[in-house]
Order: sequence, then C-alpha cells, then structure tokens
Amino acid sequence: MDKNKEPLIHITKRSDMPQKQAWLIRLFAIVAALIVCAIVTTLTTGLDPISVFSEMLDGNFGSERKVWILGKELAILLCVSLGLTPAFKMKFWNLGGEGQVLIGALVTAAIMLYLGETLPNPLLILVMFIGAVGAGAIWAAIPAFFKAKWNTNETLFTLMMNYVAIQLVAFFVIIWEVPKGSGKVGVINQTSMAGWLPDIGGQKYLLIILMVAVVTVLMHIYLKYSKHGYEISVVGESMNTARYVGIKTGKVIVRTLLVSGAICGLAGWMMVAGSDHTITTTLAGGRGFLGIMVAWLAQFSPVGMIATSFLLAFMARGASEISTAFQLNHSFGDILTGILLFFIIGCEFFINYKVHFRKKEGGIEHV
Amino acid sequence: MKKKSLIWLLVLALSCFMLLAGCGSNSGEDAGDIKAGFICLHDENSTYDLNFINGAKEACEKLGVDYEIKTNIPEGQECYDAAAELVDAGCGIIFADSFGHEDYMIQAAKDFPDVQFCHSTGTKAHTEGVENYHNAFASIYQGRYLAGVAAGMKLNEMIKDGKIKANEAKIGYVGAFTYAEVVSGYTSFFLGARSECKTATMEVTFTGSWYDETAEKEAANKLMDRDCVLISQHADSMGAPTACEKRNVPDVSYNGSTVDSCPNTFIVSSRIDWAPYYEYAIKAAGSGEAIDTDWTGTLDTNSVQLTEVNEKAAAEGTADRIKEVEEALKSGDTQVFDTSAFTVKGKKLDSYKADVDTDKDYKPDTEVIKDGYFHESEFRSAPYFDLQIDGIKLLDTKF
Repeated sequence: MDKNKEPLIHITKRSDMPQKQAWLIRLFAIVAALIVCAIVTTLTTGLDPISVFSEMLDGNFGSERKVWILGKELAILLCVSLGLTPAFKMKFWNLGGEGQVLIGALVTAAIMLYLGETLPNPLLILVMFIGAVGAGAIWAAIPAFFKAKWNTNETLFTLMMNYVAIQLVAFFVIIWEVPKGSGKVGVINQTSMAGWLPDIGGQKYLLIILMVAVVTVLMHIYLKYSKHGYEISVVGESMNTARYVGIKTGKVIVRTLLVSGAICGLAGWMMVAGSDHTITTTLAGGRGFLGIMVAWLAQFSPVGMIATSFLLAFMARGASEISTAFQLNHSFGDILTGILLFFIIGCEFFINYKVHFRKKEGGIEHV
Repeated sequence: MKKKSLIWLLVLALSCFMLLAGCGSNSGEDAGDIKAGFICLHDENSTYDLNFINGAKEACEKLGVDYEIKTNIPEGQECYDAAAELVDAGCGIIFADSFGHEDYMIQAAKDFPDVQFCHSTGTKAHTEGVENYHNAFASIYQGRYLAGVAAGMKLNEMIKDGKIKANEAKIGYVGAFTYAEVVSGYTSFFLGARSECKTATMEVTFTGSWYDETAEKEAANKLMDRDCVLISQHADSMGAPTACEKRNVPDVSYNGSTVDSCPNTFIVSSRIDWAPYYEYAIKAAGSGEAIDTDWTGTLDTNSVQLTEVNEKAAAEGTADRIKEVEEALKSGDTQVFDTSAFTVKGKKLDSYKADVDTDKDYKPDTEVIKDGYFHESEFRSAPYFDLQIDGIKLLDTKF
C-alpha cells in the first residue's frame, strides 16, 4: 500500500467560477429544493405540493393584514439581526441577543407600569426608549468588558447572560402578574394605552417597520463608510493586525457591543411598546439565535439581511398558514424551511470550493 | 458581489416559488350562516388542545358550519393577529383556548365589535364590560371529584389485598402551576379519593409548564420514589401516564383516556367537553342572540365528562359507584367542597373571601362559603378555590 496515496475526495477553495455557471448552480439548487420539498410533502402528507406552496404564499400575501403582519415579523427579526451584525463581523460570538432583547423589553415594561400614569405619552415613550436601549447596551457590554480586559470566553458569557435575563423577567412577572398566581402580566395599560406606540395612518405596525428601515440604512453606513466600521473589520480579520496598526482593540470590542446590545434592546422596546404590550420570558422567541442565521446568510450585509429575514419570516408565516389550512403539524413547515435553507447554503459551498476525486491511477480528476 | 448575488438568489427562489404556486388552485368558500374560528395555544399533540380541537370539530360538524382552526398561537400579539385574521376570513365568532390569550381577545373584541369573542378559562369578562367578549369554563372540579372516587376505591382495594398498609395510601399529583385552576383540581380530586379511603393523603409537585413531557415524567417518577402508590395529573402530556405504566402504578389521567398507551394502569380520566359550549355559543351568535358573559358548563350540560372506566386497572364496582356519586352531585345532595369534609390548618371554615373580580391588587372580594360549602365556579366560571387544605402536602410551588 502506498502510504502517501491521495485521499478519495479532497476540497480546494476557488474564486474563479464564472458568474453564469454560479447562477446555474444556484438555480439548480432552488429547483432541487422545491422538488425535494414537493416529494417530502406528497410522501408524508399525501397532499398536492402545488396547493401547499400556494397556501404558503396566501398566508403571507393573502390579505392586507397578512402583509402587515409579515412586515412586522420581518422588521423585528431584522432589527435583532442588525444588532448582532457588528459583533459577529468583529468575530465576537454574541450568542446573547435573546437576553439583550429581553432586558430591553423588561425595562420598557417596568417604565410603562411604574410611570404610565405620571408622564405624558410622548415623554413616556422616549423614557422607555432610552431605558431599553441603555439596558440592552449594558447587557452586551458586560461580557465585552470581560473579554477586553481578561480575554474571557464571550460565547459562554453571552449565552449565560441570556439565562440571567430570563430569570430576571421571570422574577418580575411574578411581581407584576394579574391576577395573582396566573404567571401572566397580561396587556400592560390596556385601557389607558400609556406607552403604546401610536398607529400611523391606522396601521399598528407601520412605525416599527419604518424605524427598522432607518436602522438598516444607518447600520449599512456605519459598517461600510465609518471609521468604526473599518476598525470592526480589522479586529475581525486579525486581532494582532489591529493592534499593530494602532487600533485599541479593547475599546473597539466594548464600543461595538454597546452598539450591538443597544439595537437588540431597541427590538425589545418595539415588541413591548409597539406590538405585544406585555412581558414574558419567551417574548424574544428565539430571535436572538435566528438573527445569527439571518446575519450569516446575508454575509453581514444589512441590505442582504432584508432578504434573508424576509425568507425566514415568510417561511414561518407560511408554515403557520399551511398548518391551519391543511391541519398539518407546525413542524412540517419547519421541515420545508430546513430543506430550502440546506440547499441555499449548500450550493454556495459548490460555488466557493472545488471537489476533487482521486483517479484510479492516483491522478486527480476535476469535477 | 457575493452579497448582491445572495439577494438575487433569494429573489430567484421566491419567483420560482410564486411561479409554482401560481399554478395551484384556490379552495372554494363554503356558504354558511356563520363561520367559527378557533385559536389554540398548541396543536393536537397536547391533550389539552386536542380536547378543544375535538370539541370544535364536533360542534361545527353537528351544526354544519364552516370553521377554521389556528394552532400554535402563543399568548402574545400573535393571538390578536390570529383573531384579526380570522375576522378577515369571515368568522362571526372566535374562540381561544388558553388563559394568556385573554387580554388579546379583549383587544380584538374592542376592535371588531361585530364579531363575538369567546375565551375559555378566562376571568375578566364579567368585569370588563365589553359586550361581545365572553368567558367560559366548566365545573370540572365535579369531574375530578368523581375521578377521585375511583382513585379512593383503588386505594381501598390495594389495602384490602395487603399490597399497602392503610397509612401508606399516599397519592402523588403532578401539577403544572400553582394556580387556582390546578389547586381547585387537585383538591377536588383528593376530596373524592378521601370520601372513599379515609386514610388517603396526597403529595403535589409542579412542573412549571402546561406541556413538558420530560418534566412530567420526572415528576411522576419522583412521586413514585417517595412511595406514592397512585398518580394523577393536571398537566397536558403523556409523561406521567407512561411513567406509571412502566412502573405498574395505577394512574388517573386528565383530558381523555390514556388506555391505549397504558392498558394496565389507566383507571379513569375526567375532561371538559367543550362541544356543548361551542354549540351553544355558535348557535346564539348565528341567530343574533346574546351569549352568556360568563358560562359554566356542568354535569347536566354534559360539559363535564368521565371516560370509560378501565376494568383491568380499576377496583371492582368503580363504574357503578361513580354513577351513584354523580347522581348525588347532580341533585346537590353531595357538595365537592363541603366544609365538613376538609380543614385548613386544623380548622373548619365558616367564611372565606375569594378573589373573583380580577384586579391588580389581588383583593379578595366575594364571600364564597354559604350553606356549608365552598361555592366554586358560581360567581364566575373560572375556578377560584385556592385554599391549602390539610392532608395535601405541596413539595414545591411554581408560578
């Protein structure tokens, strides 16, 4: 046996694929994903896949209200993703989005409850805003400070901060619950509507959507054209390079996480003041983690993230619609989402890498 | 370049999607006087929601009305959105099944005054003053009491057969949360059991979730490790019943029969049948009549039901005894919360004020002990019995 034999398969990076070929691969991947979805649908449910797809579309665009709800879901998910982006771009593994959203939500709810009757509404909303953004920023800056100062592991630290936030919310829910023993805060200020974001043109969610649009543009500019954005990329590429060119890495880490947490806190504020008007331990609903996928899929481009959060919000709403229309289990929609994501992410692999198989005589065959 | 291409990729994905979808046909709309909408916290995998879903289907099919069921709707803005979507879909009456849906249903009721909103297990309709918003529950404590009778008879049988001593007749109870609904449930179950087996005691542990199969299984195992010889539950998964089957410990389940999975240990189960309420409310809404602000189903309305007794696990004569006690409950000769049947801190109760009207400060507002018994589900449909009676030991509490 030849010990230095070529492995059966080996992979090399490539950057030379022509655009045309790349697009053919992408098109193929999507068609393949839809075919697999269709086969899985027919095999497991016996339903006509076309009517399932059409129902998913209907669940997102079937009525004006559905479009608004989709817009709101997209906006909040996008907001969390935008918050996570600067941290991840700096290769700071911020798994604490969930906690940062919750702590922002908690502070918002507290201010609504305690100051709801004393402050005029615009001022109240402003105080809630400042409180939520500040709380989120501090929540993210704590692990950042430890990372900068003592190089602690931010993955674990941010993750644990989620649980601290969840427990804090659980604690306050028991204090604020109505009625006692129900474990539910219920809708806050339901009759006075103090601290509720105003409707614009009769639309409940328009303000949230507009605000997230602004945040998206600002984040795009911040990352692409500001000195801060440049420093974030350098620190992300290499800590040593950053130090060599005179960037104070500790300062950049803490500053970036202040921004990151502030935007997550903002998302919490939107959920409490603008949409749910309540606080529960599950309010963030996994968006702190889903947001990571949104950001990575779009390769940290804020504009690209509009598309990826749209995709995830679309699939979630569609899944809920098909479970209503065909009385399918909710998990079925998740399976379809999984298949689609698998193919979309998978095809990028074949565009960016070349797979080589070993030839019989030991040479290399290119595929 | 890469980023742009990804956006285009998604656009492409969606266009393919729409192209395919465009080929599909739309389902036709059924004509009917009224369409009913249902909002469920979980789906059919939760016995709690399955019980609602079955009731919904039964009532709608009987009345021949069109219906739509939305499952997995969390207790947040999603509930309002779901209700609004059901209004858009033409529903004239909308039901929600979980306690935390209440505020969002009230919100929807205010925004859509022409549609009737009915909420099961809620507490606010009788004080909220929103005309098209209604609460409903059933006097399930009576069903639990009957299930308790079956449990007590089983304990007696075990004592008689020499399997346990009389002072070892300890029941284990897996509860979800330490809410009045659960407290009322385990207390009535225990009182039913003790009406048959005088030496019965009970230990209760809470999981902190309405549906957590692993936690419920662990809780049941913990209770069995503590020498509980019979298990019952007020949580929605199959966790506790299957744990009992594995260790061959008799079990009284909830929300429906578990005899298929637990043929050797399942005794009986009580449940609320929601079909009578749904039927009543849909009929009323369809004909423009007023729906009760706060409706309580009873044994008489067939809202409180017991499954078939599993003869293999139950003590002899259980079914007949249950019938006897059921008649006594219906006639009022027996009261579940008869104050001569229980004590609190060693004392018999003559007076108790319960928090019937929901408010922030949790002010007890209504005298509920009259004529020698605690009047449960009379001043409002949702349970408010929250006393800790002697003989029941709480191992923990969860809110």
